[in-house]
Amino acid sequence: MLSQENRLSFFLSFASLLGVLLIWQFSTLPQASRSPYGIPDGNAEYQRLMGRSAVASTVRSDFPTPGAFVRNAIEVLHAPFHNNGPNDRGIGWQLGASLLRVMIGYGLATLVAVPLGFVFGLQPVIQKALNPFVQILRPISPLAWMPIALYTIRDAELCAIFVIFICSLWPILLNTAFGVASIRREWLNVIRTLEVRWPQRIFFVLLPAAAPTILTGMRIGLGVAWLAIVAAEMLVGSSGIGYFVWNQWNNLSLSNVILAVLLIGLAGMALDAALAFVQRSVRYAE
Amino acid sequence: MQNNPALSPTFAEPHDADALVQVSGIGKRYRPDGPPVFSGVSFDIRPGEFVCLIGHSGCGKSSILNILAGLEQPSEGGMIMDGREITGPGLDRGVVFQGHALLPWLTALQNVTFAVRARHRHMPRHEIREKAEHYLAMVGLEAAMHKKPAELSGGMRQRVGIARAFCTQPRVLLMDEPFGALDALTRGMIQEELLKICAQTQQTVFMITHDVDEAIFLADRVLLMSNGPDARLAEDASNPLPRSRTRETMHHEDGFYTFRNHLVDFLVRRSALAQKAATA
Repeated sequence: MLSQENRLSFFLSFASLLGVLLIWQFSTLPQASRSPYGIPDGNAEYQRLMGRSAVASTVRSDFPTPGAFVRNAIEVLHAPFHNNGPNDRGIGWQLGASLLRVMIGYGLATLVAVPLGFVFGLQPVIQKALNPFVQILRPISPLAWMPIALYTIRDAELCAIFVIFICSLWPILLNTAFGVASIRREWLNVIRTLEVRWPQRIFFVLLPAAAPTILTGMRIGLGVAWLAIVAAEMLVGSSGIGYFVWNQWNNLSLSNVILAVLLIGLAGMALDAALAFVQRSVRYAE
Repeated sequence: MQNNPALSPTFAEPHDADALVQVSGIGKRYRPDGPPVFSGVSFDIRPGEFVCLIGHSGCGKSSILNILAGLEQPSEGGMIMDGREITGPGLDRGVVFQGHALLPWLTALQNVTFAVRARHRHMPRHEIREKAEHYLAMVGLEAAMHKKPAELSGGMRQRVGIARAFCTQPRVLLMDEPFGALDALTRGMIQEELLKICAQTQQTVFMITHDVDEAIFLADRVLLMSNGPDARLAEDASNPLPRSRTRETMHHEDGFYTFRNHLVDFLVRRSALAQKAATA
């Protein structure tokens, strides 16, 4: 029964992919040229006036057909790590640069947000005191920080990392605080009656108890970081997948833009899947 | 057995010299403008004694246990254990919680090991493990010790909870309706095991229950609480049955029905009267 359901969902997912490809194919087919002055299509004189060859009665869209896209993608992905100077680096190199920035910024955010979240969760007074600031800072678009960051940090690379840091900080902080604050009272009573010392309390009870909630925050944080890095690199980058997208748009290479967009999606999915795996390993059934 | 509360002024009396725990006039008030949940509760627990506290819901039974455990502070009164005042939780008092309160990400063995390590901080690893396995075997869980709480039945979980409380070798074991969530068969079996272990280890136990038969079977002394709010300790009844009682033959013992009727009568009728008398 379940396998039949699986087969059906696989079929539907395949069919919707096919449907999108078909729409793409048909909407990028060469079209008869249309003049805005009612001159019949295929009029040789009109075509010459428009600077086209007299026989070219059709125009091609600048948007690549699926076939053209795949041919280009194969070519680009053939040498993803080539490096011919800052303006001609392989897409793998660019993706790696973005991933590295995210890892550093996000890693720093985790290192700050998890301990701070513990303080918030264990000390309601501190949470209450600092919560207004968190609530104001949290909805700020990471890119809004950019001018301030550029002025104060004065280093494009560090700015990108700062933007990642500041946007992934809040979800991790708030989820950690919530996870720690909602640890079952019973478990806290157990460690109190056993007179467990603080390091052991944190690493053997509080951390495992709050881990699933912390991981939820970390997944949200990583998602936001991956959203922000592309935009940040469009602004400041001389490398990275966001810079690549903008550069290829300036080259009017829409094939490369589509390829990069797809890779951004795939990389984001892989990052989330990795954290989902970690989350499964720390989950517990009550 | 003191049938008449009016003739039992023992609570105000000086405490037994050999008492392990002396509770003096404790009361708990959650709201400063409201009546206290209970007040003026005094009793002793002597070494090796099994004391049960019975009362209706809302009379503050659990609060009394939490205060003894040091998890809550009384609004009035205080407790002395071994000549020292109880001010906070400690390893000299083991607690079996109402819900099993096992750490769900650890196996049964790891749960007990965690408690043993808390008690014996410098004990070598293998000795800690041996000790934990010993206490799990004591409650009959050798076969299931590598399972997590979610994979254990309710009765098995509560046994792990008991093993965890026993393994720290507390001076007093505090149990908060430990069998409340179990079915009658499992409950009976664990009660028998508990009584056996307590007899072997001379364990002092203070247990909360609302089950009269459980109290008669387990307790040497039954403390009866009147109804809340402003509940009082209405009576301190010694169990007249011999310690050799078993669950099967208990009801054939002389005095079983007298004692049982006395307790049931208290819970059904006199617990409310005692409250009225106290508030009048």
